Amino acid sequence: MFDFLEGYDLLGAFWVTVQLTVYSAIGSLIWGTLLAAMRVSPVPLMRGFGTAYVNVVRNIPLTVIIIFTSLGLYQTLSITLGAKDVTDINFRLAVLGLIAYTAAFVCEAVRSGINTVPVGQAEAARAIGLSFSQVLGLIVLPQAFRSVVGPLANVLIALTKNTTVAAAIGVAEAAYLMKEMIENEAELLLISAVFAFGFVCLTLPTGLILGWVSKKVAVKR
Amino acid sequence: MTEVSVTKDAVPAADDLVVLKNVNKHFGALHVLQDIDLTIARGEVVVVIGPSGSGKSTLCRAINRLETIESGTISIDGKPLPAEGKELARLRADVGMVFQSFNLFAHKTVLENVTLGQLKVRKADKKAAEEKARALLDRVGVTAQADKYPAQLSGGQQQRVAIARALAMDPKVMLFDEPTSALDPEMINEVLEVMQQLARDGMTMIVVTHEMGFARSAANRVVFMADGKIVEEAVPDQFFSNPRSDRAKDFLSKILHH
Repeated sequence: MFDFLEGYDLLGAFWVTVQLTVYSAIGSLIWGTLLAAMRVSPVPLMRGFGTAYVNVVRNIPLTVIIIFTSLGLYQTLSITLGAKDVTDINFRLAVLGLIAYTAAFVCEAVRSGINTVPVGQAEAARAIGLSFSQVLGLIVLPQAFRSVVGPLANVLIALTKNTTVAAAIGVAEAAYLMKEMIENEAELLLISAVFAFGFVCLTLPTGLILGWVSKKVAVKR
Repeated sequence: MTEVSVTKDAVPAADDLVVLKNVNKHFGALHVLQDIDLTIARGEVVVVIGPSGSGKSTLCRAINRLETIESGTISIDGKPLPAEGKELARLRADVGMVFQSFNLFAHKTVLENVTLGQLKVRKADKKAAEEKARALLDRVGVTAQADKYPAQLSGGQQQRVAIARALAMDPKVMLFDEPTSALDPEMINEVLEVMQQLARDGMTMIVVTHEMGFARSAANRVVFMADGKIVEEAVPDQFFSNPRSDRAKDFLSKILHH
């Protein structure tokens, strides 16, 4: 029944999906947190940049961003992100696009987390002489993150599925292989079902584990 | 309300630690601090009392710049309050603050709350910081709770930890912003006792409170504020038995006899 799978590197394709997800998740967590820090900073220029970035980037379709990384950054501006062959270049460009896009959502999740931290926490931290970055890094963000594990899990699940857009610039991840198989094989429903199942296998544990983590790390007040 | 000239019985010593001159601040249309002049000498315990909304909390918070002021100057130990950045952080480290709502760091244990400032601001080494923290927790009577999280402690215990956290920075002056107002009645005394001990040990303290008993027994001077102004300053005995301003008489008549 699953003969049609022969000759295709299904695991390899999903491995690329996992890699896209992991690199993009790490990158967008860092960049998104920096953006959130900008949005709550006392410097108006940084606040302005953070706000403008989030509102521009989250309103552009991901497909447009991913295609821009290839057509705009690589083919027009010859940015290769240090990679030599075209497979690596496309992979890195896709990660860059996914980070740029996902960070806007991470930023908003983290910022909503920052808003759950009572203002007295930051005041007490300032009162013992901590600097702005120490107040944020030692007191506010650790508490903010604990309250947004759930929303961040949503962002991570969306990111996992969004990696399929990388197929648009030729990254050989799961959706790219699916398209190839659909062109060559007859079992269209089964092929879709197999790939749907593959993604559920990736995202369902993510949601369950992070749901558990969310309860575990919640700050008691 | 009749206007009364500010009376000063307690003449501050030459060694002034906190000096406010002509301080003004508005919250929107509300003129919450009006031409405040106040000098606190080293080792002095000043209690600020007054009706709600009189600006006493704002005054307290302005001294370490948790509230900005619009005009006038505030200086601590001869240095004017810096605007922002590293200088301000350094000054805040020398000014201990105790809040009405305790504000212990919720994600850190009691011990970590007391060591954090020593480690990150004073750059003390971990062992010394912990030793000092345990000594301070012992001093405020919460040694047994060192490894618990703030949410597991009673309000009184939390506030005593907050005092230890402030003391860990070796502050030149301690600010108390209504430290017992959020406490259950039976826990107020345990906090006041710690504060009394601190006063006896010679700490310079500015205390905003509604605890008249504490004002009587521990204060060197009572500052009475109403409607954003300092209406009266006097030694406690004089203030409570023979207030000069009508505003203070009115206030005291409402809170004392019942």
